[in-house]
Amino acid sequence: MPDLGPLWVSLQLAFVTTLVLLLLGTPLAWWLACTRSRVKPLVEAVTALPLVLPPTVMGFYLLVFMAPNSWLGGLWIEVTGDTLTFSFTGLVVASLFYSLPFMVQPLQSAFESLGRAPLEAAASLRAGPFDAFWTVAVPQSIRGYLTASVLTFAHTIGEFGVVLMVGGNIPGKTRVIAIDIYEQVETLNYGKAHLLSAGLLLFSFAVLVFVYMVNRRAGFRTG
Amino acid sequence: MSSVIVKFLLKRLAPASVLLCLGCGGLGADPLHVAVATNFKPAAERIAALYREQFGNDVQIVGGSSGALYAQIVQGAPYDLFLSADQARPKQLEHEGFACPNSRFAYAVGQLLLWSHNAEFDPDATLESVLIAGSFRFLAIANPELAPYGLAAEQTLQSLDLWERLQDRVVMGQNIGQTYALVASGNAELGLVALSQLQQPGRRASGRAWAVPQSLHKPILQDAVLLKRACEKPEAKAFLAFLRRPDAGAEIRAFGYGRN
Repeated sequence: MPDLGPLWVSLQLAFVTTLVLLLLGTPLAWWLACTRSRVKPLVEAVTALPLVLPPTVMGFYLLVFMAPNSWLGGLWIEVTGDTLTFSFTGLVVASLFYSLPFMVQPLQSAFESLGRAPLEAAASLRAGPFDAFWTVAVPQSIRGYLTASVLTFAHTIGEFGVVLMVGGNIPGKTRVIAIDIYEQVETLNYGKAHLLSAGLLLFSFAVLVFVYMVNRRAGFRTG
Repeated sequence: MSSVIVKFLLKRLAPASVLLCLGCGGLGADPLHVAVATNFKPAAERIAALYREQFGNDVQIVGGSSGALYAQIVQGAPYDLFLSADQARPKQLEHEGFACPNSRFAYAVGQLLLWSHNAEFDPDATLESVLIAGSFRFLAIANPELAPYGLAAEQTLQSLDLWERLQDRVVMGQNIGQTYALVASGNAELGLVALSQLQQPGRRASGRAWAVPQSLHKPILQDAVLLKRACEKPEAKAFLAFLRRPDAGAEIRAFGYGRN
C-alpha cells in the first residue's frame, strides 16, 4: 500500500484552490461576460496563458517572484513571518494561477449564454445589480459552476511542474501525488507508479465523463 | 494548384538537398548516440567535441535524468553509451543484460558543495558553522531517493548529526539542477549542490561556498557503460577508451569533478 500522505495534500490543495477560485473567478468571469471594454482581449489572454505555457515556465517565474528577496515574497514574510515558497499557502497561490482558466472560462461562457434578457427583466422588477446577479444569474449558471469547479479541482490534483518548482517536496506539506508518482518512476518502483498512475487516470476519466454528462443533459434541455 | 507548388519545390530544393547530403556523408552516416545524465552534459559536450576532433566521428549527446534514461534504454532506446550520474543504474543495466559485460567504470567523482548565493550571508561565520548552528531558514538538497548528490547530502547531514534536527527545514529539488535553482533564486539561503554546477570553464558563479569533505559521505561515483547494441561497435569502444584517458580526465576535472 503506498503512502497516502501525498494524495491527502493534493486533495486539500485542490479543495482550497477550487474554493478560492470560485470567489475570485466569479467576478472576473462576470466582468468578461458583460464588458465591452477594449482591454477585454488582453485580460482574456492573460487568463488563458496557463493553458498554453509549460508549467515549468510558470513554476520558474513563481519561484522568482515568490522568493524572500522579491517584492511579493518579502512582503509576505513581513506580514506572516513565513516564506511563501516551500509552504502549503505558496502552493495554493501557485495553483490559483495554474488553474485560473479552468474556473474562469466555463463560468464566462455560462454567463454569456444567459444573455441580457433575464437580468433586464430582473432590473425592471427593481432588483439591484447584485441582487439580480445572485438570484437570477447564479442559479441559471449552476451547470457552468459545476463544470468549472470539477475541472479546477481535477486540474489541480494533476498539478506537477509548478509544484515541483516552488514546493520543495516536503512530506505532508508540499509533496503532492504527481510528484510522488514521478519519484516512484525515477526510483524504478514501477509497481507503485502503476498503482498511483492508474488511480489518477481513472479519477480524471471519471471527472471528464461527469462533465460531459452534465453538458449533454444541458443540451437536451435547451435544444 | 498545390501540385504546382510541390513540383516547384522539388525542382528548386532537390539539388540543394543533394549538396546537403554530400556534406553530411563525410562525417559518417551514423553518429554515436550517448545518453548522459544532465549534470554531466556540459562536460560531455566538451569531451564529444575533442573526440570528434581526434577521431572524426560525430557524437550526439542526449541529456536526461539517470532514471529516465535508464527507463528509455530498457525500452529499447537507440543509445550506444550511457554516462549515468550514479552507479546503481549502470549496474542494474549490466545485471539485466542491457549493457556489455566488463565495460562499466567510474568516469567521474562528484564533489558536494555547501553554497550560499549571497556573498554577504552571515559573513562573520564560516558556512560550516552556519550549517551546524542552524542560523538559516531553509537548506536545499537534492532528493536523496532520486539523486546521488541528494544521497550524499543526507549522509553528510547524518555525519554532522543534523539530519533529524533539520527535518522541517530541508527542502528538496528533484535533481541537483533544481536544487541549484532553489538557492540561486534566493528561496533557500543554503544548499548542498555540486561543484560542477559552480565551476565550469567560462562561467563565474557568485556567493560563498564550503567544499564538503569526502569523509562525511560515501563517494559520489558516476559510472559509464557500453550498451548492448554497441558491444561490437568500434567507435563506441573508442569513445569509452577516450573517456579513460588522462586528457579527457583533465577536461572532466576542469568541469568540477574528481577522478578515481
